[in-house]
Formats: sequence, C-alpha cells, structure tokens
Amino acid sequence: MPAPIRLRELIRTIRTARTQAEEREMIQKECAAIRSSFREEDNTYRCRNVAKLLYMHMLGYPAHFGQLECLKLIASQKFTDKRIGYLGAMLLLDERQDVHLLMTNCIKNDLNHSTQYVQGLALCTLGCMGSSEMCRDLAGEVEKLLKTSNSYLRKKAALCAVHVIRKVPELMEMFLPATKNLLSEKNHGECELVPQLVRILKNLIMSGYSPEHDVSGISDPFLQVRILRLLRILGKSDDDSSEAMNDILAQVATNTETSKNVGNAILYETVLTIMDIKSESGLRVLAINILGRFLLNNDKNIRYVALTSLLKTVQTDHNAVQRHRSTIVDCLKDLDVSIKRRAMELSFALVNGNNIRGMMKELLYFLDSCDPEFKADCASGVFLAAEKYAPSKRWHIDTIMRVLTTAGSYVRDDSVPNLIQLITNSVEMHAYTVQRLYKALLDDISQQPLVQVASWCIGEYGDLLVSGQCEEEEPIQVTEDEVLDVLEGLLVSNLSAAVTRGYSLTAIMKLSTRFSGVNRIKKVVSIYGSSIDVELQQRAVEYNALFKKYDHMRANPNPNVAVITIHASNSTEADMTDFVFQAAVPKVSRPNPAQIIKCLCFEVLIHGFGLRMRIKLTYTLKGSPVQDLAEVNNFPPQSWQ
Amino acid sequence: MQFMLLFSRQGKLRLQKWYVPLSDKEKKKITRELVQTVLARKPKMCSFLEWRDLKVVYKRYASLYFCCAIEHQDNELITLEIIHRYVELLDKYFGSVCELDIIFNFEKAYFILDEFLLGGEPQETSKKTVLKAIEQADLLQENVDFQMRLFAGTVCESPNNPRCSVEH
Repeated sequence: MPAPIRLRELIRTIRTARTQAEEREMIQKECAAIRSSFREEDNTYRCRNVAKLLYMHMLGYPAHFGQLECLKLIASQKFTDKRIGYLGAMLLLDERQDVHLLMTNCIKNDLNHSTQYVQGLALCTLGCMGSSEMCRDLAGEVEKLLKTSNSYLRKKAALCAVHVIRKVPELMEMFLPATKNLLSEKNHGECELVPQLVRILKNLIMSGYSPEHDVSGISDPFLQVRILRLLRILGKSDDDSSEAMNDILAQVATNTETSKNVGNAILYETVLTIMDIKSESGLRVLAINILGRFLLNNDKNIRYVALTSLLKTVQTDHNAVQRHRSTIVDCLKDLDVSIKRRAMELSFALVNGNNIRGMMKELLYFLDSCDPEFKADCASGVFLAAEKYAPSKRWHIDTIMRVLTTAGSYVRDDSVPNLIQLITNSVEMHAYTVQRLYKALLDDISQQPLVQVASWCIGEYGDLLVSGQCEEEEPIQVTEDEVLDVLEGLLVSNLSAAVTRGYSLTAIMKLSTRFSGVNRIKKVVSIYGSSIDVELQQRAVEYNALFKKYDHMRANPNPNVAVITIHASNSTEADMTDFVFQAAVPKVSRPNPAQIIKCLCFEVLIHGFGLRMRIKLTYTLKGSPVQDLAEVNNFPPQSWQ
Repeated sequence: MQFMLLFSRQGKLRLQKWYVPLSDKEKKKITRELVQTVLARKPKMCSFLEWRDLKVVYKRYASLYFCCAIEHQDNELITLEIIHRYVELLDKYFGSVCELDIIFNFEKAYFILDEFLLGGEPQETSKKTVLKAIEQADLLQENVDFQMRLFAGTVCESPNNPRCSVEH
C-alpha cells in the first residue's frame, strides 16, 4: 500500500477543486484511503492521517471515525503524535461522547510525564474540554502541579484548576491553599486576595518597564485587567474589601494612559469594578466621568462601550449621568447602528420633567431621520415620556401629532386606542385636536394610525370642526360637505386598511347626529350595505337599521342614539378565536320606563338610576376557553340623559 | 471566552476553538449564523455586537476575520487586545503572516493559540515566553522525528521550512 499523501499536499489538492462536488469527491476518496490505513493499524502514518482528517473536519466534513485514532495518538510515546492527538481530541471529542473518558488515563500519565511540554499538552486539553468526571479524577494531579517549581507548568495548572473548579465547584477547597502560595510569586500569570492584589497592582503601575509584558507602554495590561476583575468579584458585597480598594482604583483611573486602546481597556475594567463594588460616591462620579470622556473618543468601540455601561448605571447614578446628557444626545447622530440604539435607550432613560422639552425636540428629530428598525421603539418611547412628563396638554397633543405624521406607520397597534383615550380626556383641547387632525388628513392619508385617530376624532367632534370654535390656533373654515368628502375619500382609497375603513364609516355615521346633511350620510351608509368587506357591510346594515327604525329620535336636540363602540384587542402572542361579546341590561319592573335608548340592535331600558350594563366576554386562547364577566355602570350621564 | 473563530471574507472557516461543550451540530449552526452576521457588518461599524445572549468581538486583519464570543461581564476592549496579541504571535512565528500560512499550517496556529490561551484566558502575557515555548516544542518534535527516521534508515532532506510540522 503506497504511503498516504502528506497533509500539505492534500490541502493543495483540495484547494484546486473548482466546484463543491469536485471537493466532495476528493474528500471522499481520501477518507476511504484514510479509513483503510486506520484499519491496518499503521503507527507510522497515523499522525499524518489524523491531521488530514482534522483539516477535512474544518471544511465541514464528518470525521468521527478518527476519534479513537486520536486516543491512540495520545497514548503514543512520540511527541509529534501526542501533539496532533491532543489537538484532535479537542476538536473531535467533547464531553458528550463516552469515548472521551478513555482519555482520562492517558492524561493522567501525561500530567506526570518527564517532559514539561507533554505535561503542558495534558493540562491544556484538560483545561479546555475536561468533563466533570475527568476533572474529578484528575483534580489531584492538577493540584500537585500547582505546587511545582516550574513556572511554565504552574501557570497552566492554575488556569486548568479554574476550569476544574467551574466544572466541579465542590473541589474548590482543595485548591485554596495552593493558590494562596501562588500569590507571593513575582511571575505574572496567577491571581487572588485583596491586599496582596492591591500591592501587586500598585507595583505594576508604578514599577519600571518590563518589555516582555508590555503593550504600548503599559505594563502587563492583561494582568492588570485580571486583577481588577478579581477585585470586582471580591469587593462586590463586601464593604471592607471595597474600602481597601478605593485608593488603588482611583490611582489606576487617573494614572492610566488613554491614547491607545490598551489604556482604555484598563480604564474600562476599572470603571466596571468601581460600579460593581460598594465604592464611595466620589469614586462613582469619577467612573461616570471617565465614561463621559469615552463618549467623546474618536474610537467608536470606546463610545459603544461607554454607552452600554452608562445604560447600566443610569438608574443608580442618575444625576451623575445627567451631566453627560448632551454628549449622549449627540450620539444619536452617530453612524453606527448599535451606538444609535444605545444612545436612544439612554436618552429615554434620562428624560425627566425638567428636560422634557429639549430632549423631545432631539428625539423627534431622531425619529424623523432614523432607520425604520428604530421607529417603532422610538415612537413608543416618545409616547411614554410624553405621558409621564408632558408640560401641557397642548404640548402633549402636538407631540403625538408629530409622531403620527412622521412615523405613523410604525406606531404600535395599541397606541390608537390609548391616544383616543387621551384625547377624550383632554376636553378643552377637543376643538384644537380635531382641527389639527383634519388638516393632517388633508395632507396625507397613508399613515393608518393617524387616519384612524383622525377619523374617530372627526366623528366625535365634527361639530366643533365646522363651527370653527378653535381657541388655540386660527380656526379653519370647513363645511360639512368638505368633511364628509374627506371621510368618504378614506372609504374608497386604496391606501386605507380595512380597520381604517371601519373607523371612517363609523365616524360618518356619528356625524349624522351632529351634522344637518343627513341624507347624504344615509346614502353613503346604504351603499356600503352591500360592500364586499364583511365588517363594513355589517356596520352599514346596522347603521341603516338605526336610520330606519329610530329616525324619530333624531328630532330631539339631544341625540338619543348612544353608539357605544367597544374596542377589543388581543395583546397576547397567541391567537384568540371564537370571540363573543354579550351585553345584558337589567330588567326593569316598572312598566313605563322614563326613556328608551336603542343601542345598536337591542333596547336598553333606563330607569331613574342610569344606564347599567352587564358584559360577558368569551373567547378561546391557546386552545382553552376563557370567560370574563363585568358590570359597567359608569356611562357618562350625557349618553343617556 | 466561549469560543474563537477565524474565517475568510468568503466565510470559509480557518480555525475554530471552543471553550464550551457543544454538539457538532450546534457548533456548525452557530458558526454559520455568526459568520453571516459578521460578514454583513459594514466597515464603519464598531467591533462589538450583541448576538444571542453573548457579546461578540471581531476584528479583520487583511483577509481574515478574528471573532471571539465573550460573556456579559467580560471586557470587550481587552478582548480586542487578546486578538491583537494572538495576531502578533502568529506574525512573529510565521514571519509576516498571511492567510495562506494559516491554511497550510493550521495545526501550528492551534498550537500557538493553546500556548497563549488556556480555557479561554491568557495564560502567558509575555510574547517572548510564548514564542520560546513553541520553539522548544517544535524542536522536540523535530528531534524525535529525526531520530526515528535515522533509525528507520530514511533520513529526510532538510525541509525548506525549519519549522515544518508533521511531515516533510
């Protein structure tokens, strides 16, 4: 049997393949050759074959038949074999395979090998992929190596021990004494315990230049960061430790060079540590100021990191973060998407009663120009902030209008009923609101939420619109016909969604009690009685019925037709089916009721106590039926008097 | 660090080091998705992104992307330094490293990584020490190999690259 081809040659050959199919063919051929070679139990070429297998594995091809071969390589005496064998084990085996337990004995032997590089290989493999069983079995060997005089091995053993402890936390005690000793070493690479750490860190920053460990003039940044991280863990819930660290943290924070990424990495870690431990407020302010400086850095990575950290601390250190508000707001204009998002979240977190006007201006400007992926969140954020801190009702409504006109199509579904609620409650603004909404409709009818809210308002306050009663701004002159034109336009427009058409038809209907030109409305409504859209048809038919049966009530100046619109929306993620709404009213014993109100399709009797209604909702959610009962007796008196 | 991936601009994987136990299928899925996500990033974007529940730090050196996934409490900026240090080590070892070096000597790239990081953490912060260790290990390999061949009567011609690996 000819010698198996060499690794480099295989790589070269495979790279000449022009199609995926050609590559696959070459791989299959080689795999077959490798398999038969494995079968022959050839020691000389096993290493070469496994290496080739690893290459093919990286390309994405299956290589599990090489697992046992890796074990054989590990057990071999040749260093070359062991090197590839361990590499193969780390790539092809994981703790889910039972096979990997067979490694345990080999690793044990290698941990005690005479050559430190072999011991190193074993430690590395154990520290990378050792399962909990393996770790338990081999913990003793690792602990022994922690105490060796060989610093090369000690470092590896230390990190391996970290892995062991992570896998088997109960073994931690076993390693404690050894690690305590490690700390007094001058060698860079091991860690633990506060005052000693503080001393070491101090030495690091103050001490001379150690070119081996240096990165851009900063001594051993990796070690510095590791120590800071450790201090963070130790000081987290411990007041004394935290106090012991205060000075050194301040020192690192003020002395570290910030011209390169390295320095900033250390500062960043320092900030993270200060934020996590029980530090004094002066130190925290220092940390936040560092973050503020980061925000002005040219390097976008650093700006990103600063925004993320500020977001985490904005709740606890609100005032300190507020000082950097303008810089944060500037980040809204950044080019990077992640930075913009962070800046937006942080901006919303910083909005309060004092800065609402200024902040809202910036945020609305951002809403105008930002990518679509942000608009929904931004719009919701604006609504929330406006609700909490609006300085005046007019400002509130203006802000909402602005959002609806600029990002109307991204606004969430539930905002429409919420806005309607808000408008209803702002009684003194009705005229202004309906006027502004009407003007907006004249401009643009494509943004559905805007159109829906506008239709509803016109239906409700159309009388204010035509009577020109607006106080807040110059009242516009508009006739009933013009209003109806607009609403009818919505019904026929291709841009209107079905829901919107429903709103507009209902609005037209409502205007029949407020406007004088009833005939026109009647005509529109009857046309839609034969609409293809079932929803519209149903409404139209019912409205028609109202016209026919209850027209006599129209004569009264007070409209007696109370149209109660029920908004029901499903805000869960599952579908709701079989939705049934039932309303019942109490029976009255008195034969002559004071008044009769016709409500859509059934009569509601009223006695002196007012309008009461019992409501029952039934629907199916996620397969199970749900029932909800309620009684409504807070109908506004105007609706039934 | 949970894992490190090296891949080309066409999305071809050149090195994968996993520090968490995952099935082959999961690794493939993660690799595929992450590679796609990183390759879709524009050049002006920052080196960090949030992906699933991890933080991903990536940097492009010539035609290779170096991509690390770290946990929430880890420091992104120092991870960039770790990546940079690894690149420096490769550069020193291969002498002006390029993607082809990593393709044809992938096992060496792994050996160097394993001397620098253990269990996802830097084990040796001195560049010189790491390179020295690799050099010694290579020598050890070569010596044994040489002696074996001497013994077998098939002495090899001196390879063009003194650091050549498994076979010549």
